[in-house]
Amino acid sequence: MKLIRKKAASEVSSGQSRFAGEAIDRRTFLRRSGLALGGAAVATTLPPLMMRKARASMSGPKAGVETKVVKSICTHCAVGCGVYAEVQNGVWTGQEPAFDHPISLGAHCAKGASVRELGIGERRVKYPTKLEGGKWKRISWDQAINEIGDKMLEIRKTSGPDSVYWLGSAKFNNEQAYLFRKFYAMWGSNNGDHQARICHSTTVAGVANTWGYGAMTNSMNDIRHSKAILVCGGNPAEAHPVSLQHIFYAKERGAKLIVIDPRFTRTAAHADHYVRIRPGTDVPIVWGMLWHIFENGWEDKEFIRQRVYGMDQIREEVANWTPDEVEKVTGVDEATCKEAARLMAENRPSTYIWVMGGTQHTIGNNNTRAYCVFQLALGNMGVSGGGTNIFRGHDNVQGATDMCVLSHSLPGYYGLSAGAWKHWSRVWDVDYDWMQSRFDQGSYEKSKGKAVKPMNTKGIPVSRWIDGVLEDKANIAQKDNLRAMVLWGHSPNSQTRGLEMKKAMEKLDLLVIIDLVPTASAVMHDRTDGVYVLPAATQFETYGSVTASNRNLQWRSKVIEPLFESLPDQTIMYKFAKKLGFDEQFTKHIKVNNDEPLIEDITREYNRGMWTIGYTGQSPERLKAHQENWHTFNPNTMLAEGGPIDGEAYGLPWPCWGTPEMKHPGTPILYDTSKPVAEGGLNFRARFGVERDGVNLLAEGSAPVGNEIGDGHPEFDHKLLKELGWWDDLTADEKAAAEGRNWKTDLSGGIQRVAIKHGCAPFGNAKARAVVWNFPDPVPIHREPLYTSRRDLVEKYRTYDDRKSHYRLPVRYWSIQKQDFTKKYPLILTTGRLVEYEGGGDETRANPWLAELQQEMFLEIHPADATDRGILNGQQVWLEGAEGARLKVKADVTRRAARGVVWMPFHFAGHLQGKVLGDKYPEGTVPYVLGEAANTAMTYGYDSVTQMQETKCSLCQIELA
Amino acid sequence: MARMKFLCDAERCIECNACVTACKNEHEVPWGVNRRRVVVLEDGVPGEKSISVACMHCTDAPCAAVCPVDCFYTTDDGIVLHDKDLCIGCGYCFYACPFGAPQYPQQSAFGVRGKMDKCTFCAGGPEADNSDDEYAKYGRNRIAEGKLPLCAEMCSTKALLAGDGDLVADIYRQRVIRRGGRPKTWGWETAYQS
Repeated sequence: MKLIRKKAASEVSSGQSRFAGEAIDRRTFLRRSGLALGGAAVATTLPPLMMRKARASMSGPKAGVETKVVKSICTHCAVGCGVYAEVQNGVWTGQEPAFDHPISLGAHCAKGASVRELGIGERRVKYPTKLEGGKWKRISWDQAINEIGDKMLEIRKTSGPDSVYWLGSAKFNNEQAYLFRKFYAMWGSNNGDHQARICHSTTVAGVANTWGYGAMTNSMNDIRHSKAILVCGGNPAEAHPVSLQHIFYAKERGAKLIVIDPRFTRTAAHADHYVRIRPGTDVPIVWGMLWHIFENGWEDKEFIRQRVYGMDQIREEVANWTPDEVEKVTGVDEATCKEAARLMAENRPSTYIWVMGGTQHTIGNNNTRAYCVFQLALGNMGVSGGGTNIFRGHDNVQGATDMCVLSHSLPGYYGLSAGAWKHWSRVWDVDYDWMQSRFDQGSYEKSKGKAVKPMNTKGIPVSRWIDGVLEDKANIAQKDNLRAMVLWGHSPNSQTRGLEMKKAMEKLDLLVIIDLVPTASAVMHDRTDGVYVLPAATQFETYGSVTASNRNLQWRSKVIEPLFESLPDQTIMYKFAKKLGFDEQFTKHIKVNNDEPLIEDITREYNRGMWTIGYTGQSPERLKAHQENWHTFNPNTMLAEGGPIDGEAYGLPWPCWGTPEMKHPGTPILYDTSKPVAEGGLNFRARFGVERDGVNLLAEGSAPVGNEIGDGHPEFDHKLLKELGWWDDLTADEKAAAEGRNWKTDLSGGIQRVAIKHGCAPFGNAKARAVVWNFPDPVPIHREPLYTSRRDLVEKYRTYDDRKSHYRLPVRYWSIQKQDFTKKYPLILTTGRLVEYEGGGDETRANPWLAELQQEMFLEIHPADATDRGILNGQQVWLEGAEGARLKVKADVTRRAARGVVWMPFHFAGHLQGKVLGDKYPEGTVPYVLGEAANTAMTYGYDSVTQMQETKCSLCQIELA
Repeated sequence: MARMKFLCDAERCIECNACVTACKNEHEVPWGVNRRRVVVLEDGVPGEKSISVACMHCTDAPCAAVCPVDCFYTTDDGIVLHDKDLCIGCGYCFYACPFGAPQYPQQSAFGVRGKMDKCTFCAGGPEADNSDDEYAKYGRNRIAEGKLPLCAEMCSTKALLAGDGDLVADIYRQRVIRRGGRPKTWGWETAYQS
């Protein structure tokens, strides 16, 4: 025998390294640190041998038993990976790779590879529970609905409908999201919202105001065609791992990968070029790159002439961002910045990817618009391999955004105007007067000097709900404070200002949690009564459509029946509607079986109303056909090649124009003029008029192939059709429906059909706006964060003045920034994600397969900062946030963090300022892993347009515990 | 006959741990036992690399060479398996293995060793293929079903490859040729002054 002596592989985890100069990995660090403590904790929670036996008999596949294979989509992130679930006798026994799925091609990350646990795991809410006298008490569904409903109706009577807050979820499927939006509309309030507010609201607002639609323009798969890929403020290797499959596909064919991030992320580890910026300096680095592009004449002049408005004003601002100024503000030297610009310019088409590192700032909308302008300057829009590939977070955050589970719009971004309400009243077939009567009839705000009603004013955003509870009533633009909170699929630890949130939760009359897991909402406060936790089913226990980041709709089939006493969200909504007295209107054209509204009917209903963004062509039948034919799509183009849906784009990415009968193939790449509109081509949207100050806003000499006008044109309505002589292309029925209507409100779809027949986009053909004149900063400019570390820059890059009312609440800016916090809190604090956990993490920390991999909350600190504080790797430290919250966490001393910048993952909860809250969870629901919530220490700060929360720049101090 | 091999492409591995949870999922491996894990070198600094490691199913397996009860055997496909009914949990194979593959379930606070557990290349053990007994002791037998190990099949970036060594080598060779040799990551030039 030939035994060669070798060092044990465990060498990597055996070094006693004090600094990360010796670079031990994060997990080794955690594993080691958990030895003494974690080992004991694990032994008590999970007797390993017993579990093995119990599990094996419960969920393993059995030989000789018939196996059903069900297709679904992963419920974690918005990449939208395919799932093959194997089911025996109603038990989810196996999970197979979906090799024929066009996006994931069989791949998963840690989360996706573990979704079966949802079908066998036990740390879930199993039955309705209420907190009574400090104890959790099991109750029935009927009792829960009755007690909660009675309390809400009482609040409605005394304080008005706006005192109940409906916080929905990106974990809803499209049908549930749409139904939920309809639900709180019919309850009579705009006080509803979901996580999109705190993840990409600044993207949606900034991007939609630039060129029409606020979504990812291309797709994960299309990145295969990029020659350069810029990831700015994102870490897809951990947040969207399967997207890396497509990024590497391009990279291995020579594409350059550039990463701009304050932290040396796992994505940066694979980059060709890495640019480390100070947190919150996105606009300066983008303008810094653009400075070099203009300086060298690398911009696409013809594209700008034809398709961009306002680039000259951008040039004036960019001229200020000389290499010296960029280095002073961002910390990036001239050569590094120029190299990033050169790689993007010389390797076109190049794509721009951004995520939360760009959006979650007080100037988030400036950041997202700067990114768009950068791509416009390079002419990278509307081309395969280019585009702004904005990775959305949760599995259906794109869909829930499109359904406008938001406080400022009705489904399809119709807004809250009387016209929007009338449109949806027509779709719902309810009386507009009845709809109006559901709302508070008072008035608390003025618009252009005229009193406006709550029905037409933006509700309180999720980011600010705590202020809706705590703010002095006199300062809120509605009748009363928020008194009841419904958290329906939301982790509170994904939001900032944790200590104030605790106070707000304690002040409420009623707190309702509807979820798979109790979430931190069940334990972070000291309430003894008035809290209800209701069990919701997972997306594997119901079915419906889900919109991935690239705007395509994927159909999920039901894998198993709801476990325990959990119910699908649509059923819970119907039960509440019945109790609250509007079930008849709520499901007027939706069949209800045993309290469960029929999913397909809901799809068909929104098909009849979502004309603005083309959610009209995706009938349940078409979506199911796409699910059945995953294998016919070419992953390079996302188009079906042969088979029953030949030529259609996978998942009918919106806009999928017209009625389902029109068979529009969907739009895989937005604004792509190389194809006819009928085949998925498009141009920028004419949303902002036809001219401004004498400058033409319509496209000049650019139009999609086959456009009969051949030039820019306004959006279509009945008048334009008549002027063009195309009115008679409508059928008699269509004419009746289209008279007096436009492309957004013609319920027959005739106007869209005829426009497209003549090669025209229904929404017109205009230039993109580099300057958004209706925003606080029309030209995106840099403003220092409220809690800035750079007092020397405050004067030049000052924030906004405080505002009296925005989304019904006062907003503070300068009153915070003018104070100097840097003496007490010299370190910058920023946050991010881990691959094992999703969002607030409550669901994934209750999954032992994932929880085992990340057992302890930690912070990353640079060796120099650690030395200054006498902190060794692995020691417990206190982190104090700039508003005083104190977190006890473990220190990971690593060069991954820049000097002066501390990073924390935000998925943990269940510890509060050093106190362990494990015994406060309802029985059998405590997650395997608990920890301090990073956002407890994150501070005040909201975007000037959308009220996005600031989670990426704050200040802190750290000391040894 | 095929010789089954794993290969982890370190240029593609992003340490997403899909392989680790896929394994947990497929075999319901208990907490604390890791048949596969991802090791990271140079964590957080330029040159950072990760690689997924499990039993490599050696042709001349050191574990088998040292086992006092001779519980190891090699299948016709070149997969190294063991018989848990014979295993005495001595841990000698843990000494011998160059990859740290053998795992021992924690039975009490004093860490008394149980029967050894390791990656089976999703090929189960000596019991009848996919019997309840085999599943309880070794997990699912995918090879008997004509499938490859789930860790590799679910890898997010197709970094981890598993299967007949010749085919794996062909796939990897094509990648290396396309990539043109050297790693092209940030810091490489700095490190080698090129």
